Amino acid sequence: MPAFRAVRRQEPLGWGSCLVFVTAVLLALAVGGLLLAVQGKPALAGLWLLLQSAFGSGFALEDCLIKAAPIFLCSVGVGLTFRLQIWNIGAEGQFALGAIGATWAALTFPDWPWYVLLPCMLVCASLAGALWGGIAAALRLKLRANEIIVTLMLNYVGILLLDFLVYGVWKDPGSFGFPMTREFSPAAVVGRIGDTRLNWGLGLCLAIGAIITVFLRSTRLGYELRACGENARVARYARLPYNGLVVMVMAVSGALAGWAGFLEASATLGRLQPSIMAGYGYTAIVVAWLADLSPLRIAVASFLLAGLRVGMETLQLDLQVPAAFGGILEGCVLLAVLAAGFFSRYRLQFRRQA
Amino acid sequence: MTFEILLSLLAATVQAGTPVLYATLGEILTEKGGVLNLGVEGMMLVGALAGFLVALHTGSPILAFAAAGLAGGALAAVHGVVCLWFLGNQTVSGLALTIFGAGLAGFFGTPYIGRAAPGFDKLALPGLGDIPLLGPIFFQQDALVYLSYLLPVALWWFFRSTRWGLAVRAVGESPAASRAAGLNVAACRWAALLGGGVLVGCGGGYLSLAYTHLWTNGLSAGRGWIAVALVIFAFWRPSRAMIGAYLFGGVMAFQLRLQAMGTALPSSILLMLPYVLTIAALAFSSWRSRRLAAPAALGVTLEPSE
Repeated sequence: MPAFRAVRRQEPLGWGSCLVFVTAVLLALAVGGLLLAVQGKPALAGLWLLLQSAFGSGFALEDCLIKAAPIFLCSVGVGLTFRLQIWNIGAEGQFALGAIGATWAALTFPDWPWYVLLPCMLVCASLAGALWGGIAAALRLKLRANEIIVTLMLNYVGILLLDFLVYGVWKDPGSFGFPMTREFSPAAVVGRIGDTRLNWGLGLCLAIGAIITVFLRSTRLGYELRACGENARVARYARLPYNGLVVMVMAVSGALAGWAGFLEASATLGRLQPSIMAGYGYTAIVVAWLADLSPLRIAVASFLLAGLRVGMETLQLDLQVPAAFGGILEGCVLLAVLAAGFFSRYRLQFRRQA
Repeated sequence: MTFEILLSLLAATVQAGTPVLYATLGEILTEKGGVLNLGVEGMMLVGALAGFLVALHTGSPILAFAAAGLAGGALAAVHGVVCLWFLGNQTVSGLALTIFGAGLAGFFGTPYIGRAAPGFDKLALPGLGDIPLLGPIFFQQDALVYLSYLLPVALWWFFRSTRWGLAVRAVGESPAASRAAGLNVAACRWAALLGGGVLVGCGGGYLSLAYTHLWTNGLSAGRGWIAVALVIFAFWRPSRAMIGAYLFGGVMAFQLRLQAMGTALPSSILLMLPYVLTIAALAFSSWRSRRLAAPAALGVTLEPSE
């Protein structure tokens, strides 16, 4: 018999769960440091360099915000599906489709003025992303096919579709054989905010964050979404439109990831090329879960994990640490936070020796 | 298509299906015990790297294969700590495990990209290898393929006729009843999870030790997820897992042949085939059986006081 047993807490832990969360993150950083040491790199100095180059300068903070935007868009979307206990793991593929949709518009109508072309690209990106999410929703509802696997497989298909286009029909004849499309016309590029390197995609993120927050808190549909997420069966008895919600949420989630793809293609790269697939869609899953699915916390978590990516770039250059180190930290943080959640739900009760 | 080409295509089918078969059987074992482990992709990658590194440094393929299995089991243990000790969400933990495993394999594997290591070579079985048709397809393979023929039978017998196998199934169906009957539910779930993890790791090891003999990042290319889909396709039955794995092996081998023959179809379209087939197979099998014969307590977190 162990000396203690776990008892479910009657009331939530409150500030204690914040402490638990911080401990979990520190634990993950410790694992990261250990792995650095194993490879013969300076552990503490490496972690410090990671943090400092991520958040230590205005230039770095700009980078964080630029990278946070696509993560945020993908994550808000998958966060909506997670509320319904629908597991959209396909933000990566929906991101690719969005980039493809936006690129199609940019390449087909290069002469349109920006105030027509940019909205058109946005719509095409939404439709393409929503289609990719909608396929998974339809297969789940009509055939009960597991949406985790369908969305994952669609990730691979979407990325290969992007490859097919940039290596084939959309390849720029003047690119010396590199797989990339022609550069977008200036009208197809999302503008920058003032003198900064930030683009108006950030404004898009703020708007979406506000809309989703209001939607969840103050609309009937948002309430229904939250209710269905608590318990699908109860929701059906209450005649809430569960199936409709699944389709809507998957389509919206896909469209949002598609927007992220549109922003990356238009504002960051100015064309479509394979390097656009940077794994934002997978990071979005980590972010959504760390943030407990709340849009505001998703914004914070997106910023922090974008910082991890920015810091990793320096670590790669200065210490020759493989980029995969960022993935290790992401996975570790998520695993540690999952395990630590135990302490906010349960308390340990020590047994008296009989 | 000439006869020889068809034979070699079928032999390549068996080889391409073998890593998926190991992983699918491993996940069946884990899920039969009621634990959902979506970390298969990450476990395969870590297994593949562990196998590769041990082969490179010791030169012993057998040690390397064991290391691949152990690495898969070790990563499964992380899942166990998060989900069975700390009662974390099994779906999310599995996803995190894949991200973590892919990171680990990339982190330690990057310096070795493109390096070759010793592994398992083809070894025609005397007698069996000379049977017309069946010989070249099934019995002119490497030792790990022969081992994989025995596994579905062993697993089938394990679940059907051994005390341990029945215990694992009982725990996956009804933890409460199993506990009432005096079984140690937690121990059974741990055993199924770890055993399954070892098999998945072996599947990863097959990739680097027999399939390619060399290391590249992202070696598993979604095979772990295909294995998770095949568990559903197989209705949690080891025998059907074999059919599913070879179906996929067939598509992969076919797609590679077409590429090698220089068809007009672009390679990215051909590479989509296995993933599209996974979706089709999943949709078909889910539609075929309304009640999916899944273990009733699959993915259910056990309250500590129960």
